[in-house]
Amino acid sequence: MHTPSSPARMLARRSFFRVAGAGAAVSALVLAGCGKDDPEPPVPGTPTLSLGNFVATATSDPNITVLNYAYLLEQIEAAFYDKVVTTPPADLLPGELAYLTDMRDHELIHREYLKYALGTSAYDNTLATPLVFDFSTFTLTTRTGVWTAARQLEEIGVAAYNGAAKYLTSADHLNALGKIVSVEARHAALAREVLQPGSFADNVGTTGLDDAKTPAQVVALIQPFVPIAISTANLPTT
Amino acid sequence: MNFFHILSEIEKTDPEVFERFDSRRQVFKHMTGFGKKMTAAALPLAMGAIFNKAYGQTTSAPGVNDVLNFALKLEYLEAYFYNIGLSGDGTIGNNTTTAAQTALRAQFSATNLSSLLKIRTDENNHVNFLRTALGADAIAAPAVSQFDFTGGKGTNAGPFAGLFSNAALFLAVAQSLEDTGVRAYKGGAPYLASNKDVLTAALNIHSVEARHASRLRTMRRGGPMNDNASATAGAGTGASPKSWISGQDGGGASPAQTAPIYAAGSAPAYTPAGITFPAEDNVTQGATGAAAGVNLQTALASLSFPAAAFSEAFDEPLDVPTVSTIARTFTITGSTIF
Repeated sequence: MHTPSSPARMLARRSFFRVAGAGAAVSALVLAGCGKDDPEPPVPGTPTLSLGNFVATATSDPNITVLNYAYLLEQIEAAFYDKVVTTPPADLLPGELAYLTDMRDHELIHREYLKYALGTSAYDNTLATPLVFDFSTFTLTTRTGVWTAARQLEEIGVAAYNGAAKYLTSADHLNALGKIVSVEARHAALAREVLQPGSFADNVGTTGLDDAKTPAQVVALIQPFVPIAISTANLPTT
Repeated sequence: MNFFHILSEIEKTDPEVFERFDSRRQVFKHMTGFGKKMTAAALPLAMGAIFNKAYGQTTSAPGVNDVLNFALKLEYLEAYFYNIGLSGDGTIGNNTTTAAQTALRAQFSATNLSSLLKIRTDENNHVNFLRTALGADAIAAPAVSQFDFTGGKGTNAGPFAGLFSNAALFLAVAQSLEDTGVRAYKGGAPYLASNKDVLTAALNIHSVEARHASRLRTMRRGGPMNDNASATAGAGTGASPKSWISGQDGGGASPAQTAPIYAAGSAPAYTPAGITFPAEDNVTQGATGAAAGVNLQTALASLSFPAAAFSEAFDEPLDVPTVSTIARTFTITGSTIF
């Protein structure tokens, strides 16, 4: 049920992770230093982003597909909060920057955790430069704009994890996903509260259940943030 | 009698026999004492105990209905709590409001009361949803009299005495119940994987419990009459919690009673190898099977994030026996619900 772990793979993971910590710091700097005047470098490689191979072949692994999907979501969230914390809107209320900083930290840790879990199976393992996400659809110069964006991203995250969990065949990965999604739900509730007190569970209907979205639904929602087309061909549907 | 010879013979048909005794090999520490302390007559009895630990199926992995019925019990616990405090006689679907409930309601701002009533509605809906999902397999509704939310085991004079007339106490117990629920659903999820629809539904309840916990934590930071989520950022302690669990949250809202909600669980024998129940301050993630995970705080030290962030980023699951012990805080002596 779980990913085989040979001693060689463990070693590779460990050495990989040492690099990953440094890489995260570097990419944060790149994002921070990316002003409007800097044209974004073209992303080399294929023009579409495929998150894994869910086609039912002997070598396909739905766990890799779902983890890559989660990894992309966490990359988007981490980049968003990093941008906001680096250049916060002037009208944030007392305490709000502390919330946003905590949320940035959590999402970046989620991202690095998933990168570790995927190892060389990470979708961007062979990309020369990491994807630079596009948040131009958001208004990040006001607290209302920032929290509206945070609410949107967190709600996408909760619904995406809730909808994708059933495709995992590894109990370990399911366990790990559960540890992350409740933190996303805590974030989502707070973002809602900041914008509109009392709205923490407005999306919870008469059954008392939260949203679950299919990968295809989620990809349509996150495509505006991703600079290349995301292929849904290999995403699980059943 | 050569004990190791016996084990060696067993190993030929069960290569994992040594692991079965105890993954941490503590059994061999116990065995060190055998030679010194135990008579030959007592040895067979001791061996029986050891083999029972290794192979005995005193508990087996819960099935889908077991997990759902356990969740249903917890939802009754939560729903009865909000019902008694805010509206009705405790039971599902009773919506009369007493003078005492009106008095408690008056201690909250209109928006905060509205949030509490929404949480109450959600918990009652969870009971109904799970009853429908289980159908004829659902447990009978427990009697309201089986619960004592003061923690007094039936005396109604426990450490939370007065919780239904004191807004701060009410919120403290509410947060404790919701945080317990989040950990419990997380612990149950791996046993629901065989039924994709049920797993998804359970996770959809799980994230709602997390929303509730987050909202209650907002109220506890600002106070029952304060609507403003931005009032204070929260220190991450029991008295002024963040919206997420930070470390072990200082033992929670009332550490003498609530510390176990944030502490480590204990893995029952049937637990899959990669799944553990660490305390909420855990920073090591990603174990797969027998392979250990990675200490994220160490591996990502270059980020210079506060230590608490690494625990806050992940909520941890709890096992059924530990959740049952926590839940028994709120049942009367002699109750067999949990």
